[in-house]
Amino acid sequence: MLVLGIETSCDETGVALYDEQQGLLGHQLYSQVALHAQYGGVVPELASRDHVRKLIPLLEQLLQQCDKQRADIDAVAYTQGPGLIGALLVGAAVGRSLAWALGVPAMGIHHMEGHLLAPMLDNPLDFPFVALLVSGGHTQLMQVNALADYQLLGESIDDAAGEAFDKTAKLLGLGYPGGAVLAKLAQQGQPERYHFPRPMTRHAGLNFSFSGLKTFALTTWQNSAQDAQTRADIACAFEQAVVDTLVLKCQRAMQQTQLKRLVIAGGVSANLQLRQKLTFAAARWGGQVYYPRLEFCTDNGAMIAYAGFLRLKRGEFDPDLRFNARPRWSLS
Amino acid sequence: MRLLALDTATDGCSCALYNQGQISALAERTPRGHSDLILPMIDRLLRDAQLKPTDLTALVFGQGPGSFTGLRIACGVTQGIAFAADLPVIPISDLAAMAQAAYRLHHARNVLVALDARMNQIYWGVYQADDAGLMQKVQAEQVINPESVIYPSGEWTAVGNGWAVYPHTHTMPTLSAVYPLAQDMLTLALPLAHNPPCTAARCRPVYLRDQVVQSPQAK
Repeated sequence: MLVLGIETSCDETGVALYDEQQGLLGHQLYSQVALHAQYGGVVPELASRDHVRKLIPLLEQLLQQCDKQRADIDAVAYTQGPGLIGALLVGAAVGRSLAWALGVPAMGIHHMEGHLLAPMLDNPLDFPFVALLVSGGHTQLMQVNALADYQLLGESIDDAAGEAFDKTAKLLGLGYPGGAVLAKLAQQGQPERYHFPRPMTRHAGLNFSFSGLKTFALTTWQNSAQDAQTRADIACAFEQAVVDTLVLKCQRAMQQTQLKRLVIAGGVSANLQLRQKLTFAAARWGGQVYYPRLEFCTDNGAMIAYAGFLRLKRGEFDPDLRFNARPRWSLS
Repeated sequence: MRLLALDTATDGCSCALYNQGQISALAERTPRGHSDLILPMIDRLLRDAQLKPTDLTALVFGQGPGSFTGLRIACGVTQGIAFAADLPVIPISDLAAMAQAAYRLHHARNVLVALDARMNQIYWGVYQADDAGLMQKVQAEQVINPESVIYPSGEWTAVGNGWAVYPHTHTMPTLSAVYPLAQDMLTLALPLAHNPPCTAARCRPVYLRDQVVQSPQAK
């Protein structure tokens, strides 16, 4: 079975081909980040318009890259949600009609399911496990008992972790999206100069709150000399606070569930501090941490093709020719 | 020659098939159900004609102007089918299709099309029928404030819901209820079918309203 995956939920257009025998055959990605950077955030209408321009050329490149024909495609998986409704509809319209014209099944996929299965694209991983989904749109701890059997353990009650990174970067004058820039700058910071709170770590439970940290960073910056070193020091303190909070909640989730395997996925899972501290912490609880390869931490078509493959393999597919986007869609 | 046309630009949702001289068509009115309706409608048309997508010569779609989301549904469905079945594409203006409908229904030869564009604007097109009865654009389509419209001289028929939303003082026959239909797009596409101008990769909606976000400089 050869599955085409299509991802258009936000500001990346991604396509991929996943083969039952050979695994991932190839993928193509176009990021709109430069388009939105000048506006300081993703502009939904511009995102939708760009997906229309980029999706078919990417599909053509993908077939060429994988040396496959259209007729070789056995099924189509497209991201159905959550995400920007207009952006999702582009992928759904193209994906559903493409499958219809080929006479093959189609399947609408949950974007976050794609993320949490992404480590399996490269390495085998058994259920059950705990997944920390951290991106610009989500911060969730999920107990993954099996495919399609998910239990939400905790989530952010305000900003997502990646959102907090980007917003704080903006406040520090690092541009948009500046989360990764902030993390890089943090390497030059003095860890002891500032101490930021670890939000909600004194509360029992596994929920997060990151919007206060952003304000804390701004106040600290405004009351400082506002020189280059201070900017780096604040970046460092901010990153430490986010990472420590994520690590602590992961540890609690592992204790609570008595599971050993932890998957980290989503854009923030590329953060090196987070990876280092979690690997170190996992050794303490005798567990193992799994990450997607770096290019599959952020949005991509490969994870959608793979999640689609697993779902289709179970005999699931869209029951009819209607297609729709589910901008808000709970995974659990 | 076999052409499949589809349109989801307005409250209308329609598709039509030209099958070697025979025309069949389906149309519904829906404010939001285009993504539920369009593929099942297309599927029914082709099934009834016992055709597969690969039996088609080209696809025709309403490229706009109209609802942004609607335009992307028509364009996306067209792209998906055209990519899968390796078909060329003929984009047709929704304003031209409305003018063509006025000719088909009322033999109107000189047509002013005004489609409500919200935000106190209309999508504006000026069309005239040629000797073959095909609507030809007299001037470039635009999104415009109704009060800025310059009316051409002569006898004209007014078409489209823009005339009802923004009442005008000119006295001319007005067909507010005419909306774009895939079957009128077939009429306009047939002369182009021997040399279809577009491909799946180059399909784009024509929004006319391209200023959708305040530029960062203007803030």
